Amino acid sequence: MPPLTFRNIIVALLLIALALLPVYAQLAGDRFALTLFTRIVIMALAAVSLNLILGFGGMMSFGHAVYLGIGGYAVGMLAKEGVYSGFVQWPVAILASALFALVIGALSLRTRGVYFIMITLAFAQMAYYVFAGIARYGGDDGLTIYKRSQFVEALNLSNKVQFYYVCLVILFAAIYVVYRLVNSRFGMVLQGVRSNEVRMRAVGFPTYRYKLIAFVIAGVLCGLSGALLANQADFVSPSVMYWTRSGDLIIMVVLGGMGTVAGPVMGAIALLVLEEVLSGITEYWQIILGPLLLLVVLFARGGIDGLLATLGERFTARRPS
Amino acid sequence: MSAPLLEVGHLAKRFGGIVATDDLSFAIPPGELHALIGPNGAGKTTLIAQLSGSIFADSGAIRFAGADITRLPMQKRSHIGLARSFQITSLFLDMSVIDNVALAVQAHAGHSFSFWRNARSEAALREPALAALRRVGLEGRAERLTASLSHGEHRLLELAMALAGQPRLLLLDEPMAGLGPEESARMVGMLRALKRDYTILLVEHDMEAVFALADRISVLVYGRIIATGSPDDIRANAQVREAYLGDAEAGHA
Repeated sequence: MPPLTFRNIIVALLLIALALLPVYAQLAGDRFALTLFTRIVIMALAAVSLNLILGFGGMMSFGHAVYLGIGGYAVGMLAKEGVYSGFVQWPVAILASALFALVIGALSLRTRGVYFIMITLAFAQMAYYVFAGIARYGGDDGLTIYKRSQFVEALNLSNKVQFYYVCLVILFAAIYVVYRLVNSRFGMVLQGVRSNEVRMRAVGFPTYRYKLIAFVIAGVLCGLSGALLANQADFVSPSVMYWTRSGDLIIMVVLGGMGTVAGPVMGAIALLVLEEVLSGITEYWQIILGPLLLLVVLFARGGIDGLLATLGERFTARRPS
Repeated sequence: MSAPLLEVGHLAKRFGGIVATDDLSFAIPPGELHALIGPNGAGKTTLIAQLSGSIFADSGAIRFAGADITRLPMQKRSHIGLARSFQITSLFLDMSVIDNVALAVQAHAGHSFSFWRNARSEAALREPALAALRRVGLEGRAERLTASLSHGEHRLLELAMALAGQPRLLLLDEPMAGLGPEESARMVGMLRALKRDYTILLVEHDMEAVFALADRISVLVYGRIIATGSPDDIRANAQVREAYLGDAEAGHA
């Protein structure tokens, strides 16, 4: 059980708010909020998966959005071929993502620093162009999905509220899995690698295989996010794995707080809500978002999570005057 | 005499035109504290790197406990009982002190493909880690962030991490580097206590410490050992005085 710090209370409240969002949407008749937050929850799942390797493992993957595409196309291509069962689609999405991550990771994890960034980026761009070239599945224009994944009679993913809760349960499960992972022996190795990989090897850890497994787990979680995203949009196109999307994921992780369990969720909410609000104000909303991100990187190194932790310390450490 | 724990035979390593290790041979019997001294650039750190496996020799052989380990990679050497402390502090600065040592314990506790159980509450990792910290007098710092410790404490933590793997041979690369007189004295006391239980190869610039601690000393100059013997032998050796000790005294004057 995590301690009751200011930060943890805020995070708990946030998670409760996410769980109650459909109630608000119903009462206020705000259907758009539900659509927006479904998307946010799905992207938060992708950010949580990236955070496992970027935040805890120190692996700066710049091609993480590729798994959004792999997961999405697994659903889309199967649907196009008449296979609508989620019991087939989702395991295929997971397996395909795992396989991709295994190949990309096996090659790219032999390099580090800028080369690692470039290789992961190159793989993602390669996948982008490959999918853009497959005419049968829409090519550049993307692929419309006419029926969402089907599971059992009682579960209807076309129902917005039901779909939202499916996404949310998966997100919560993923957060819990990451929480257990990073505190296990495996997670300690991962954090040791982030901190000082040379020392890890000197002390006797074959670091490559641990990094590779983390890379595959992150790929799988993100692939699942891709399957959800395709269902949410009823559409999948190569643009979901374009390099700017990988950049968005990195921004979410950095903004929320690298290497913290709940940080990426806050980052995803912050980025996508800001995007929504700012784009309502001006067409050139990125001019506002850019400097805002700059401020976070310069003055709040731990991201939103770090900010909350500092605020909490201020509250509790307030001296008696 | 018992068989040597570490035996180096005709070891050679060159970097381009520079001969760092030149036909080097020596042996360390179990239980000995063997000191390696020599002027800057004599090849001490290169030798330690070859012994710990971070670089490989061009020719020659290294035998450890009877087995040839010349081509054994670094992480495997650590598993058979060779532990190295670093000359330049190399720690996990953004982790807690006990996490640092617990990682060293974990490295020797089989594979780490354990994904679910909380490693920080595993007694099998925490207790040996705490014991190693106690041994170097850092148990009071266990939960502190490693970056917040002093340089002297970092050196002690290095030592604790080397001990955590229950090594048969400790390779200590300048454990006194950068320590003040008081911290140095503390480290000497620590090493004196450790030498009862461990075989140690000590590379050190601090002559006072070396002569106080070592059973035998080897003097390395330009990649060659020019003399090996007891502290008294070395002090009396004319060649050594000329090549090194005279130098050092002049340098410290």
